[in-house]
Amino acid sequence: MLEIKGLKVKLEEEDKQILKGVDLTVEAGKVHAIMGPNGSGKSTLSYVLSGRDGYEVTDGTASLDGEDLLDMEAEDRAAAGLFLAFQYPVEIPGVGNMTFLRTAVNAQRKARGEEEMSAGEFLKVVRAKAKTLKIDADMLKRPVNVGFSGGEKKRNEILQMAMLEPRMCILDETDSGLDVDAMKLVSEGVNALRSEGRGFLVITHYQRLLDHIKPDVVHIMADGRIIKTGGPELALEVEQNGYADILAEMA
Amino acid sequence: MALTQPKIDATEARLAALAVPSGASWMVDARSDAVARVRAMGLPARRDEYWRYTRPDSLIQTEAPQAALFEGEETPVFGGFDRLKVVFVDGVFDPEASDALEGENLSIERLSDVAQADIHWAKDLFGVLETNGQTPVERPLAALNTAFATDGVVIRATGVVSKPVSLIYIHKSETSDAMLHHVIKVDDGAELTILENGPAAARFNKVMEIDVADNAGFHHIRAQGRDHERRAVTHMFARLGTQSTFKSFTLTVNGKMTRNECVIELTGDDAIAHVAGSALGDGDFHHDDTVFITHDAERCESRQVFKKVLRNGATGVFQGKILVKQGAQKTDGYQISQSLLLDDDSQFYAKPELEIYADDVICSHGSTTGAIDEEAMFYLRARGVPHGIATDLLTLAFLAEAVDEIENQELADEISNRLEGWLTRRRAG
Repeated sequence: MLEIKGLKVKLEEEDKQILKGVDLTVEAGKVHAIMGPNGSGKSTLSYVLSGRDGYEVTDGTASLDGEDLLDMEAEDRAAAGLFLAFQYPVEIPGVGNMTFLRTAVNAQRKARGEEEMSAGEFLKVVRAKAKTLKIDADMLKRPVNVGFSGGEKKRNEILQMAMLEPRMCILDETDSGLDVDAMKLVSEGVNALRSEGRGFLVITHYQRLLDHIKPDVVHIMADGRIIKTGGPELALEVEQNGYADILAEMA
Repeated sequence: MALTQPKIDATEARLAALAVPSGASWMVDARSDAVARVRAMGLPARRDEYWRYTRPDSLIQTEAPQAALFEGEETPVFGGFDRLKVVFVDGVFDPEASDALEGENLSIERLSDVAQADIHWAKDLFGVLETNGQTPVERPLAALNTAFATDGVVIRATGVVSKPVSLIYIHKSETSDAMLHHVIKVDDGAELTILENGPAAARFNKVMEIDVADNAGFHHIRAQGRDHERRAVTHMFARLGTQSTFKSFTLTVNGKMTRNECVIELTGDDAIAHVAGSALGDGDFHHDDTVFITHDAERCESRQVFKKVLRNGATGVFQGKILVKQGAQKTDGYQISQSLLLDDDSQFYAKPELEIYADDVICSHGSTTGAIDEEAMFYLRARGVPHGIATDLLTLAFLAEAVDEIENQELADEISNRLEGWLTRRRAG
């Protein structure tokens, strides 16, 4: 479903190569995890895939269901089914959470040539989904992420994911800033969305998130490359021995 | 200070082209006093400090510059509201198009009729609040208006007036040069809402004097829009009594030149004055909000909230002052002016001022200029919201703080819808 081949990326502003040839394929229905030390390029990969400005792709390809992602605007990638759960969800004063969600859902539907959701229908769906994530009516009314706690922001990300029903979900350090209870809630939200037709790429620093969201495949990323790929046991190895052993082994 | 010869010449040329209208003796006196004030001050010139960011030339020249009539499908604002319509066409009252000038707890008269009455309560206000507002800063175009405006309405609210009085300014002639002067008195405990909309004329000079008595409430919502080439200078002079409330909001879109001055004197304790504005400028647009609020009583609250969105070379100006006089303890004054510049060609000038002579007050002011927040933009786009819609959402969010100053939710929604409509029609792509 998500296919990345030989992806090389540098920062636009400075001549600094961040990704040095990433190869990765995520199949539908599977959960892939990417782990790696700070500065290995994990977050850059998520930003490049979702279309953030400031990066220059110097080589390689990335496609979703055969469609070239790198050629599309950020909003078109979203409409094509790509979703990035942000490590730091952005606060938008003055834009109500509900307005934001409905605008996003309907913009994507419109882009795909589908019928827009009516206000009533939308309200019904969003309320039901918010409830399972313990997001109350007040959080839905407030401006997007403004005054939300770390946990509330991450739950709000998962709510957006649940509403937008993307084909491919990238979770960028979703566990950062979460306590144990919040992590459980967020993981349950993610697990509820796991399905045959949907792929996940879970970027994380620590193994603990993977206790809750069980991956099928684990990749280790270092210095802009994926240096090792394995099963869930690879994450446990990192947890016990750190990255040093793997890095030394590959060096 | 002695006036310069060019200033004297410009002033005399303008005065020579105008005739002082006839009327009852008190009115004739008020007008000739106003002419004397204009002569003493001279009309504004480019080098005047108060006109540093706005060129007064087109507002003072003898002939009004031509302005093409608006060609658009949009229906005028406030159309769906139950209101008492008072219509002016190119600055002349149109009785046919207006509703009957009557209502519960309300009296409305034409200024031209009032001007003929030997005795009228308006005598204590007409030109009086304007004169008060000439110090410490001169506003010669308001004095010019007092001297020469023949039409307008004189409104008195004696109790709670449930239906808003809606002043509608229709522009029909490309060369019209209109002056209107309104006098409004809200009696003790009374409440009145005034709506204003329409381009009015090719050039428009309007003064509104408002006396808000103790415990009275005055609400004002104005929409200046439509015509692109119109020019306007407007003044509001308000005097607020004890525990009274004054709230004014102005929406401005389009317009080659708009200068809105608002001069408020809080003379009774515990009074509240809020002035707010949202402006959207695209291209040949110059918009100036000049506000002067004087606290001359205890425990009064004032708020100034002005937001402007500018693009394609549009210019915005904000000059706002809070003056706290000696003895005006426990004053709570707040002022914010912000602009959102959607490109590199647009400009915003802000001159926030505080002058405080009391020692137990809370006063704050702030001014910012910025572009669309790139982080928020990417977040919206990453959720599938196209660039154009995302820009509009963030623009409306930026303006929301000013629109929120409108107390009546239905009117606030009407203004929001107008803003959204304007943005949607101009959405790129």
